[in-house]
Amino acid sequence: MGMISSSIARKVAMALSGLFLVFFLGQHFTINLTSVVAPDTFNSWSHFMGTNGLVQGVLQPILIFGVVFHFVMGFILEIKNRNARAVKYASYKGGANASWASRNMIISGLVILAFLGLHFYDFWIPEMIHKYVESHPEDPTRYYAETVHKFESPVRVGLYVISFVLLAIHLWHGFASSFQSVGFNNKYSTALTKFAKVYAIAIPLGFIFIAVYLHLNQIPH
Amino acid sequence: MKLTLKIWRQENASAKGAMQTYPIDGVEGDMSFLEMLDVLNEQLINKGDDPVVFDHDCREGICGSCSLQINGEPHGPDRLVTTCQLHMRMFNDGDTIVIEPFRAKAFPVIKDLMVDRSAFDRIQHAGGYISVNTSGNTIDANAIPVNKEDADDAFAAATCIGCGACVAACKNASAMLFTSAKVSQYALLPQGRVEATTRVLNMVEQMDKEGFGNCTNTGACEVECPKGISLENIARLNREYLSASIKG
Repeated sequence: MGMISSSIARKVAMALSGLFLVFFLGQHFTINLTSVVAPDTFNSWSHFMGTNGLVQGVLQPILIFGVVFHFVMGFILEIKNRNARAVKYASYKGGANASWASRNMIISGLVILAFLGLHFYDFWIPEMIHKYVESHPEDPTRYYAETVHKFESPVRVGLYVISFVLLAIHLWHGFASSFQSVGFNNKYSTALTKFAKVYAIAIPLGFIFIAVYLHLNQIPH
Repeated sequence: MKLTLKIWRQENASAKGAMQTYPIDGVEGDMSFLEMLDVLNEQLINKGDDPVVFDHDCREGICGSCSLQINGEPHGPDRLVTTCQLHMRMFNDGDTIVIEPFRAKAFPVIKDLMVDRSAFDRIQHAGGYISVNTSGNTIDANAIPVNKEDADDAFAAATCIGCGACVAACKNASAMLFTSAKVSQYALLPQGRVEATTRVLNMVEQMDKEGFGNCTNTGACEVECPKGISLENIARLNREYLSASIKG
């Protein structure tokens, strides 16, 4: 724990937890995409993820820990960083030397956190109640229809789209910068940064596409 | 040219400061920013007022003494120059210029625009050196072959003049670019490898103790650094620190 108390250790911890969440996003996106191209596959993969002991008992707690760690550490760093400049500048031209995305990770992060609250309310909590509180007969084909109906409300789709835009902004700085944080800066850095920037745009854009597609392709109740 | 200066005035470290407005006339484009402040101070002294206190020494961009946050940027709007090398031709007649001290909890204001940057000295003392016997039988550094690229990178890192612009520019008031330059200039050379583990651990510990913020890779420091110190040094510092932490 001595190591986590240093500024570099905190920075590396943010980077590693961020990279883990970036990897998870890719996996989440891949499964979601099947809801557009192959609903049966979406059902079977969702059933597997929702019932597999390893996924539910080990990977899910690790993921929740990763999310909580990332935003708690984010808050701690934000408070420490604000305290490092007790008297603010009367004139501060932040845009002259750094991108908006890099200077406002706390804002994009807070929007993502609020979105996670909505997302848990929409999917995770009903799923936990369905599985562990109420008793239902096993139905491996229920996932697709449930998901599509969630995107019936244009307000919900709108909130998801706004959140994904902020996610793209968060990833635009966070993903590429995590390599720098772990000390990776060499001849491969330019290519890796380009990959990170493309990923930062493509994955949230893909999530937006799925939400809008499901909204426009509602199935009758 | 005629200008309006808004300058932070603060009697001493414990006094409450405030921005004050000063009109100034007769500023020439060829004057340096500090020469413009000299003109202002002459006017203030002639009126019997207290002149504006600011740091300066060599006035040729190599000592790292001058500072100043000018219109929201350390060392002003020009790139790769210190305030003493910033010329008034960068401004236009009628402009209002906001001049503040470098702001950081670790850089307390001494008076007006002068800040205490001894936190940098203490980081240097924690490990920014190599232990060499200088009693008369010192071995010529050139006797040890050094890869040209490493020598160039070490030299580039060593050009850091410790002015503190990186801290002033960073939204977190982080001293990571300064510390990384000081760690890098030794880490890249065989003479510096001997004490590399303790150096990086001690210097980072001291940096944290001084109350600087955490680096969030915004890159503002690199843009505002008058010597163009690269962010690659921060990546190297992170590597050095991680490897030193594992070695213990």
